[in-house]
Amino acid sequence: MRVGVLALQGDWQAHAAALARAGGAAEPVRTAPELDAVDGLVLPGGESTTMLNLLDHGAMTDALRTRIETGLPVLATCAGIILLAREVVPEQPSLRLLDVTIERNAYGRQLASAVVEVRAAKELGDGPTMEGVFIRAPRVRRTGPGVTVLGWRGEDPVLLEQGAVLAATFHPELTDDDRVQRRFLRRIGGSR
Amino acid sequence: MDFNDPQFRVKVGLAEMLKGGVIMDVTTAEQAKIAEDAGAAAVMALERVPADIRVQGGVARMAPVEKIREIQKTVSIPVMAKCRIGHVAEAKMLEALEVDFIDESEVLTPADEENHVYKHPFKVPFVCGCRNLGEALRRVGEGAAMIRTKGEAGSGNIVEAVRHLRAVQRQIKTLTVLDGHELMAQAKELQAPFELVAYVAEHGRLPVPNFAAGGVATPADAALCMMLGAEAVFVGSGIFKSADPATRAQAIVQAVTHWQDPTKLVEISAGLGEPMSGLDIGSLSPEEMLSRRGW
Repeated sequence: MRVGVLALQGDWQAHAAALARAGGAAEPVRTAPELDAVDGLVLPGGESTTMLNLLDHGAMTDALRTRIETGLPVLATCAGIILLAREVVPEQPSLRLLDVTIERNAYGRQLASAVVEVRAAKELGDGPTMEGVFIRAPRVRRTGPGVTVLGWRGEDPVLLEQGAVLAATFHPELTDDDRVQRRFLRRIGGSR
Repeated sequence: MDFNDPQFRVKVGLAEMLKGGVIMDVTTAEQAKIAEDAGAAAVMALERVPADIRVQGGVARMAPVEKIREIQKTVSIPVMAKCRIGHVAEAKMLEALEVDFIDESEVLTPADEENHVYKHPFKVPFVCGCRNLGEALRRVGEGAAMIRTKGEAGSGNIVEAVRHLRAVQRQIKTLTVLDGHELMAQAKELQAPFELVAYVAEHGRLPVPNFAAGGVATPADAALCMMLGAEAVFVGSGIFKSADPATRAQAIVQAVTHWQDPTKLVEISAGLGEPMSGLDIGSLSPEEMLSRRGW
């Protein structure tokens, strides 16, 4: 089982470290051949416009879309969920694979970044709340019928699942709670 | 110092998100747009780029309020802005403007030759420059959430950035092989808080992300900074003082991602037009060196 972290820009090393703590060694993915070689992929936090730009210049956008469409297990956080969203506000290109409408920086600029308690769905196990680190976070405005919500900040869905895609508007990789990572790694094990 | 304080964690958290990215100096909304379209992870709003500050002289201050607002309205990526060293009022204004990061910068004319801003009480994160590990840890002790090596801004010459990156990495490595009995003497030598010296000795890295700045003019310069341990790169005059800013900006962004791949660096570096003209550091007097400002 080979786990990749998209390492074009962003906190991919924090993801690799969090996966290692949860029992999965991860490798950086920067090119199309490296993308081909992995059985699961993390789309990390960072700047979505930067990642889109680098995906396009590396001719990776279509390859990434095809792999996710055909069932590649994905863990996406913050910028990652923006890359996947069907619709982004304000409008920008995206892979349109996750049936949500998402608004960028919707809680405000950096001054609104905060560590907030997230209410966790029962199927995550280990207690009813988890620590949510929100950094210039996007906000989910709509979820489609195929999307299951696994975490809430107040009434806002912040942890979502659709098929093999697990996506958060916050940063589980910046906490010691590894429930999200473990769920992702189980998916990869199960997909083979 | 409490690294688990939620406010400190979200400050460092934003620095984490900028890793592997390029932060570009911009003086207008049009430049900010070019930077964002080229893949910048953030922009730095300032009144004049360092190369112009060098040529024109005079006092360099925080960017005009309306300029910062205009840039914030134009781009979706984080907007940083510079305040003068020790200029608490400029820092508070930048926080009120809701910039995403404040650079307490030696590129501007220092307001206080003795003290830097005490950064802990601010909600907005700060980045500060350093030439060595002691200076880096003094700034972290004051509350900086990101460190950048200073380099020599506006010179188009990477030599000072290399000197500072090498110094910080060498001093970090040295601490990791010393034993506990030796750390207080190191704290005295480095003129840095003991607990931060002990942190570096234990973890082999700074407690906050470590970026590079000053003198980056080509994709190769940016790649070199990454090879020497920088986690992201600031580019000032190197982009908008070159012949083709949009193309060069895009190339530097790619170089920071693909720094380990020389074939790709070759591909990226073709057809960029003229870089900014550089300065021989040896021709600068100590008073002309911006990196000597602050301590």
